[in-house]
Amino acid sequence: MNTAWRSFITGNWCDTIDVRDFIHLNRKSYDGDEAFLAPATQRTQTLMTYFNQLKVAELDKGGVLDIDTHTVSSLLSYAPGYLKGHKELILGLQTDAPLKRGVNPFGGIRMARQACEAYNYQLSDTIETQFKYKTTHNDGVFRVYSDTIKQLRKAGIITGLPDAYGRGRIIGDYRRIALYGIDRLISEKKADKDVLTMKAMTEDCIKLSEELYKQIDFLNQLKTMASAYGHDIAKPATNTLEAVQWIYYGYLAAIKEQNGAAMSLGRVSTFIDIYAERDLMEGTQTESDIQEIIDDFVIKLRMARQLRTPDYNELFAGDPLWITESIGGVDADGNSLVTKSSYRFLHTLTNLSPAPEPNMTVLWSQALPENFKRYCAKMSIETDAIQYENDDLMRPLYGDDYGIACCVSAMRLGKEMQFFGARSNLPKTLLLALNGGYDTTSGLQIGPKMPVIAPDKFTYDTVWARLNQYMEWLSEQYVSAMNIIHFMHDKYAYEKTQMALHDTNVHRYMAFGIAGLSVITDSLSAIKHGATLPLYDENGYIHDFKISGSFPTFGNDKDDVDQIAVAITRSFMEKLRHYPTYRNAEHTLSLLTITSNVVYGKKTAATPDGRKAGEAFAPGANPMHGRDQAGALASLNSVAKLPYDDCRDGISCTFSITPKTLGRTLNDQCENLVAVMDGYFNQHAHHLNVNVLDRTLLIDAMQHPERYPTLTIRVSGYAVRFNQLNKAQQKEVIARTYHDAI
Amino acid sequence: MSETIKVHSIESLGALDGPGLRTVIFLSGCPLKCQYCHNPDTWSMTSGHDMTVEDLIHVIMKYKPYYAQKGGVTLSGGDPLLQAKALIPLVKALKEADIHVALDTSGALWNDAIERLIHLVDLILLDVKHTEALVYHTLTGGNLDDTTFFLSQLIRHEKPYWIRQVIIPTINNTPEQLLYLEEITRSPYRQRMELLPFHKSAAHKWEKLNRHFPLAHLPETSENDLKELLDKAKLPFNAVVI
Repeated sequence: MNTAWRSFITGNWCDTIDVRDFIHLNRKSYDGDEAFLAPATQRTQTLMTYFNQLKVAELDKGGVLDIDTHTVSSLLSYAPGYLKGHKELILGLQTDAPLKRGVNPFGGIRMARQACEAYNYQLSDTIETQFKYKTTHNDGVFRVYSDTIKQLRKAGIITGLPDAYGRGRIIGDYRRIALYGIDRLISEKKADKDVLTMKAMTEDCIKLSEELYKQIDFLNQLKTMASAYGHDIAKPATNTLEAVQWIYYGYLAAIKEQNGAAMSLGRVSTFIDIYAERDLMEGTQTESDIQEIIDDFVIKLRMARQLRTPDYNELFAGDPLWITESIGGVDADGNSLVTKSSYRFLHTLTNLSPAPEPNMTVLWSQALPENFKRYCAKMSIETDAIQYENDDLMRPLYGDDYGIACCVSAMRLGKEMQFFGARSNLPKTLLLALNGGYDTTSGLQIGPKMPVIAPDKFTYDTVWARLNQYMEWLSEQYVSAMNIIHFMHDKYAYEKTQMALHDTNVHRYMAFGIAGLSVITDSLSAIKHGATLPLYDENGYIHDFKISGSFPTFGNDKDDVDQIAVAITRSFMEKLRHYPTYRNAEHTLSLLTITSNVVYGKKTAATPDGRKAGEAFAPGANPMHGRDQAGALASLNSVAKLPYDDCRDGISCTFSITPKTLGRTLNDQCENLVAVMDGYFNQHAHHLNVNVLDRTLLIDAMQHPERYPTLTIRVSGYAVRFNQLNKAQQKEVIARTYHDAI
Repeated sequence: MSETIKVHSIESLGALDGPGLRTVIFLSGCPLKCQYCHNPDTWSMTSGHDMTVEDLIHVIMKYKPYYAQKGGVTLSGGDPLLQAKALIPLVKALKEADIHVALDTSGALWNDAIERLIHLVDLILLDVKHTEALVYHTLTGGNLDDTTFFLSQLIRHEKPYWIRQVIIPTINNTPEQLLYLEEITRSPYRQRMELLPFHKSAAHKWEKLNRHFPLAHLPETSENDLKELLDKAKLPFNAVVI
């Protein structure tokens, strides 16, 4: 046996690529408390001071420290980058200098150009010339988009589509590099290619075969990239430092190659722990050494940046990369997958101060060790940087080695990927339906033309039937847009590094989304209870509503209205399934908005629930701001009713509560937060962003940002530095319901 | 068909009135008229709406998943003692469903129904408004003797209880007063003492009811004030929470 695998329990993972089997056989679960954790070393602290200075300089320069406008970002296009004058444990930067951003025009040259201009740089003539002769993903998509799809985008009925930048939401199984080394991975891919090309070459075979060629090419480039830093990753990692370094090289190659919206890390902490336990046993490392490696790794992850346009930042505020790390969970037999390294990852929030990245995601199971649950709750109360997702709900569907891409998208690591598809604005679709396909905001006839709903027809049954007709039409358009986007992305911007770290035959999801679920639900509830009247403009279109009575709203655990939300979700999903997808991907749906709920609201006229024109939607699956009046648990119970089987791409809920409401002592608060999560997830709820803070703190932070340099809050599926939100987004966050003791 | 219960409101996430997460049922009606009351809108028996035991059980069961080992239901108000008889079937049903029940009261009343209710519940949160008879009367309109009698009955029933007091500047914020409170409420069944800060956040409720808020002139009590008080008093009892 090779020395890298010394003392590991052998199994199927030795014969075939099977990281799950390796973890299953070798991980050492930990059910103790956090007392063993080590503080940041002097070296780590010095490095953090330097990093913080760089961030200040970056902020002073308007959010971007520097751009290399002459080089197209890829694995080998930059000289190795270092933090000069500092001792680094984990090597590798995206470009040749820290926080300097690279240009990645493969998604679209226009977006790259605009992004440079937004920060007073100019894309070099060299790159402009090179891409004059190259078709980008964006070029391809717009060659095929129909006029209707273009109108739907422009009017904000479907927005945030990945048609001008990398699609992301694909997780390379970076652990494979550490466990097997690149050479083994190459030989497996070559063998797959040989088998494939022995068959009759159909279009699918030819496509996959060419993809395998690209994957192998990039695995070789990855090896070269690492050797420039003095590391030979052809062979497996032999200790913790190498295991982390090898994983990081894989991740680094992915973000050099792709500027996908969400570039998630996977589920590395318990994998790394197996190496850490071996090093500790062999006496080559101490607890402090191991923590220092993890701290260094996390600092490197926090340095990851992509170059974006200001428009993009409106949708996804705060420069996120969604470097999501899934932590914890239990295995198929119900045994805990929490290890000491699960704690070490979360402990970086203490050692390095709270930060949005990596996107710490705890896979919550009722069966997690009580000590770990309590520690997570404590860290949430102290940092507001953690999100929780229901392992007991996902494990039966995705097995026990899945990861979360972006915010809430589950997929089996190395075996499944998704085609990301942003989200559709259903409140606006409702308005379109009422007005017979006419959009009062843009003045365009976008949908099929039908008569405007007359005052005497403004009943629940009529509106529901009409809405369904337009959702059917929208579904067909939406699936078409997605098919075009992903066909072109595969053709012009295929993820070579990430897909090389997947099995050759992968299962694909196509992830659709809904924005504004609580707005459309409350609107239908208002109509059902005869509590809202349509107001017509001089052209006979409905442009506003008059609230004439009271009606139940989503978020108060009232079945009457909550079941409307369920019905809308099920109905829309059913319609999406009517239309076949590119590469036979499985249709999925999310209730997630990121920070786009603000922009969506801006583009949507007044709605029947009394929401004014331009007013922000609630984020994700949240009840509308301030309308959940029956207390925090009633609010959570409403969200828990939304059906995960029809929303397999995730149901995002952001929960904000003041510390004092959660209990009188820190101990009470921790215990009670654990009880909130156990109770919520026990009812098959999917996701919870937890913020424990006072609204007054945010108001103060809005007025005095300098006092809160590290204030981090969870928004919708990710965390963000409060100071990086624009004013409209900050106001929306402050307007949300903060559950407060009476 | 059992009697209906007059319910002012229900809070689904109560973490401040008893152990763990609790559904807090605020019942209508109160025998006292405390000058610093947080819920003056619950005083009247005509506030709130009628609910049957079944209605209440239906609501409560929605939150059972959150109770874990410690949580449950807290009957508060107002003062639940006023509706003791109607509450008995509810508490029996909750106990059959294995739900922990706490009673949040000022202990100003006593009768047979109350005795049966006390017997059924798991924990009493006894709010001792003041420990000097005269001030007690001025502050609440009630009698300290009633509360001390109530406390003696809890001890006779060997019923676990927490003692609570709102600390108001100039009225009950001296270490001596706190030590005395500790002394007269001491027994093997006392599990915790909670000192609560005086707030004026309910002033708008008084205004809405067209009532004069008599303590409007006093400053609020800060968490720091409570810490200082606790430091100075050096209580012999260590389970004091602020």
